[in-house]
Amino acid sequence: MEPFTAYTGVVMPLDRVNVDTDQIIPQRFLRKIARTGFGPDLFANLRYIGDSAAPNPDFVLNLPRYAGASVLLARANFGCGSSREHAPWALQQYGFRCLIAPSYADIFYNNCCANGLLPVVLPDAAVDTLFGEVEADTGYALRVDLVNQVVVTPRGESHAFTIDPFVKDSLVRGLDAIGWTLQFDNLIGAYEERRAAVAGV
Amino acid sequence: MARTMFDKIWDAHVVREVPGDKTILYIDRHLVHEVTSPQAFESLRLSRRSVRRPEATFAVLDHNVPTTDRHLPIQQPDSALQVATLEKNAVEFGITLFGMGDARQGIVHVTGPEQGITLPGMTIVCGDSHTSTHGAFGALAFGIGTSEVEHVLATQCMQQDRPKTMEVRIEGDLPEGSTAKDLMLAIIGAIGVNGGNGHVIEYTGPAIRALSIEGRMTLCNMSIEAGARAGMVAPDEKTFEYFKGRPYAPKGEQWEAAVAAWRALPSDRDAVYDQVVVLNAASAVPQVTWGTNPGMVAPVDGKVPDPAAMEDPWARAAVERALEYMALKPGTPITDIAIDRVFIGSCTNARIEDLRLAARFVEGRKVAAGVQAMVVPGSGLVKAEAEREGLDRIFTDAGFEWRDAGCSMCLAMNEDRLQPGERCASTSNRNFEGRQGKGGRTHLVSPAMAAAAAVAGHFVDIRHWS
Repeated sequence: MEPFTAYTGVVMPLDRVNVDTDQIIPQRFLRKIARTGFGPDLFANLRYIGDSAAPNPDFVLNLPRYAGASVLLARANFGCGSSREHAPWALQQYGFRCLIAPSYADIFYNNCCANGLLPVVLPDAAVDTLFGEVEADTGYALRVDLVNQVVVTPRGESHAFTIDPFVKDSLVRGLDAIGWTLQFDNLIGAYEERRAAVAGV
Repeated sequence: MARTMFDKIWDAHVVREVPGDKTILYIDRHLVHEVTSPQAFESLRLSRRSVRRPEATFAVLDHNVPTTDRHLPIQQPDSALQVATLEKNAVEFGITLFGMGDARQGIVHVTGPEQGITLPGMTIVCGDSHTSTHGAFGALAFGIGTSEVEHVLATQCMQQDRPKTMEVRIEGDLPEGSTAKDLMLAIIGAIGVNGGNGHVIEYTGPAIRALSIEGRMTLCNMSIEAGARAGMVAPDEKTFEYFKGRPYAPKGEQWEAAVAAWRALPSDRDAVYDQVVVLNAASAVPQVTWGTNPGMVAPVDGKVPDPAAMEDPWARAAVERALEYMALKPGTPITDIAIDRVFIGSCTNARIEDLRLAARFVEGRKVAAGVQAMVVPGSGLVKAEAEREGLDRIFTDAGFEWRDAGCSMCLAMNEDRLQPGERCASTSNRNFEGRQGKGGRTHLVSPAMAAAAAVAGHFVDIRHWS
């Protein structure tokens, strides 16, 4: 997984609560057996007109001012619903490097972290402020600094965010989760031996 | 120190718990299906790792499989490839697969408990959010993503932060005509679609004890729809009776020892939960969702809400959008809503008790003109049992289609899907936009309500319907 330390990118605002995983990537795109190629499928039901590849001009992703956006600003409970990791894959493969929202669904949050797609949590008030600023300024970009745990606006205002230190460390170093766990292979083995001795399972 | 059931199961599965690091939690059972596993197996292959415990890993074909004409090859080429990929991976990595042609094949969360593969006290994961289902018998069961699937395959462990605990205590009795589905929809309506975020919910109270094991599965199944990490019900005599003799359940002395261990699982009397929510079962009259998430729900004798009356601008905007998508006008009585399709199926409500209940409302009657209705049993064994009981004929005589087992129109990855604008009474678990087919309009209900709607052509209050 690619490390994430700090990143500056144009922000796209998705101004809806409870954006679910079926919106992020509809079921018909889950049939692929590869891990890549999901960029065009992101928000497909909202993004294209009918069954065509013609972009829906009213959907925020298609607005020219947000072309090339790589920071997604969202509202509460982003990513609710399914455990499909295709959701962060689609976001990432479209070009988003990080997300900012007041809250995320649990499984979605973990899936993002597993892919180095940083899900920043900011309080409601801060998110409200940022929505206002993004909408007011074309080309609005934010600097997301994971090392210092701060989001910095073009005018230099800082919004601090908290993040679990273990998660942060994994993201900053681009750690392989399996490799980390297998450092404790002997402990896993010891546990298995203890369990085998216990009746019932 | 007094512990909750969650604490007991968590503590018993800790491999390593060190402050500042994620806990390494051992996983007893890993269920696998064809949609979220291909990339995990491929990654395993590329990193030259193998499955640490193939005998603890069980695979099922369910999401893509057709529910009809199963003697023919799968038409959709990507679906066919995805199915073939799991078949190949199962052989290569040495894991048991309940595949096409196997009578035990079915929806993963139906087949698992049915086979006694998932049991009380276990930690269980699957690359599917409705894994919470298995909490119904006092197990800790999580949905996971594909990277975590790979992690469990390689290490038989998960990296997890200890979640918080929430007791959802149900007081009183379920009203006549209400089911576990109605209770769960009412709970989600009350606590919200993110009410359970960061928590494992334990459902307690006499109304929960009164539920059958299948009813408890319906309840725990939809815990994810309230945002919870998992949902659990403490095991009791009903639980032990349910599992006794199942193919993968312990036998003989091991069975006795297992039951003794399971009796110790329920939460200690003075255990403390991080949050407690108390609800009265009397509020769980038959429910119908009207919107585009499971929290947008009303009692059957209620009306579609009016967004203009909502103070919170977020709620108002979300409801406006939902009503536009669902083509519903504020103030419409729920029982005025006519439907085009009926789907009785899914890991929420496609077990034998669900089919028996639905059949009672259909027997001797006909599906309304213009309505297309189908029943998709949760597994081959459920289907066979239903046929032994003559339920299939009750459905087909009434004009329902009787299908083979799979996830089917719950999420429409196979050919079973709604056309844009079609309105469906569904016993599944999600009514997100496009869930059952792009532009499809989903109303979540119990099997009784779905069956009655099929006959009436619109939602009816089954408490007063004949």
